[in-house]
Amino acid sequence: MNSAHPALAPRLAQAWAVLQTVPDPEVPVVSVCELGIVREVTLAGEGLHVVLTPTYSGCPATELIESSVVAALVAAGLGPVSVALQRAPAWTTDWISAEGRSKLRAYGIAPPGPASSDESRVLRFMPRHTAPALDCPRCGSADTERLSAFGSTACKALYRCRACREPFEHFKPI
Amino acid sequence: MQASIQVTAEPRVRYVLRLADNCLMLAQRLGEWCGHAPVLEEDIALTNVALDLVGQSRALLTHAGQLEGCGHDEDQLAFLRDERDYLNLTLVELPNSPQGARTGRGDFAFTVLRNFAMATLFKLLWQRLLLSSDAELAAIAGKALKESRYHQQHSGDWVVRLGDGTAESSRRMQEALAQMWPYVAEMFENDAVDEHAQQTGLGPRWGDVRADWMAEVTGVLEAAGLEVPKATAFRSTGKVGRHSEHMGFILAEMQYLQRAFPGGVW
Repeated sequence: MNSAHPALAPRLAQAWAVLQTVPDPEVPVVSVCELGIVREVTLAGEGLHVVLTPTYSGCPATELIESSVVAALVAAGLGPVSVALQRAPAWTTDWISAEGRSKLRAYGIAPPGPASSDESRVLRFMPRHTAPALDCPRCGSADTERLSAFGSTACKALYRCRACREPFEHFKPI
Repeated sequence: MQASIQVTAEPRVRYVLRLADNCLMLAQRLGEWCGHAPVLEEDIALTNVALDLVGQSRALLTHAGQLEGCGHDEDQLAFLRDERDYLNLTLVELPNSPQGARTGRGDFAFTVLRNFAMATLFKLLWQRLLLSSDAELAAIAGKALKESRYHQQHSGDWVVRLGDGTAESSRRMQEALAQMWPYVAEMFENDAVDEHAQQTGLGPRWGDVRADWMAEVTGVLEAAGLEVPKATAFRSTGKVGRHSEHMGFILAEMQYLQRAFPGGVW
């Protein structure tokens, strides 16, 4: 869904290509497609219909993403564009593409591990609970610790590498 | 000055409003911590939790407005109802420090306990609402469940850390627990709204999650070395619209802008 579809109608293929260039407003190194936010693009008369899914219920970027998607498609001459927000199935970080993950890492954000195992995990509370070990996106060391369960945006937590002493962000698996 | 809107008493609308109002009022209380939490990480955590709750509440209020069919949007439902039309538990409208309300300073012990109690309740409700006969409500639950699970983990960690911490932190947690506990019973009081929801497949009666809630909460309280307070005959009544003396003040703060500048937007 996140890559270009050669078999699609030219207008749809063009739309997906345009959407690959629309950055996430909070993490501009990845596109809305790479994050798995764009769920569907269909032909609607002269224009297009796009289905987006919100990441977190309260993510303030949702409305901005919607307007940047519309603006990019209209600018490419593919308008008029209607957008629907669809909550189910709920967005999961498992939908972030492999390319998106490597871009996150290169940007200094540790990408999320698989969310599915997390869903069925039995909750354990302090002192047995420890956040999973992560590899530092800068030096690769696994000697890292969580500084803050919540970070600069709803989707991230803050970590520190004990080897290179650099702080880094982690895209939380949900 | 913008006049109040009237909301239908239809059970399915009230069921969704109860969920929405608990998210909304708890978010408002958590927002009061912004810039005042004991450490920066928790300042960020409390406001992040509030942000998730506001998002959940927005989706639920929008849906309640659609079910009602009178053209009320999320903002009108959030800001233009009268006190008796808010259906949140009394627990979430209590100040961040019920005993020290007049000082305006929040009590972190009470805050983490209430967050843990509510995150556990929300998580159990969302799990069941995944199977709601109302597809939109099930969709909202699917997203909110992931968030509530993270909130429960975070607040539960704090309950154990502080309850099983120093003599001072343990004493303050036990005091906060004594303040909170009488308001917990209201969560599980079923009424006609719950019965209707169960019969139509809209969602569980809240009383049906009591056993699971008790098991999860008492398990964590025990791990924290805290004593579960005895049940009392006191019943708060916020979820049927009869609120505490704190409700008028929090609504005044929330509603002021929309009342003074009707329809104002960012």
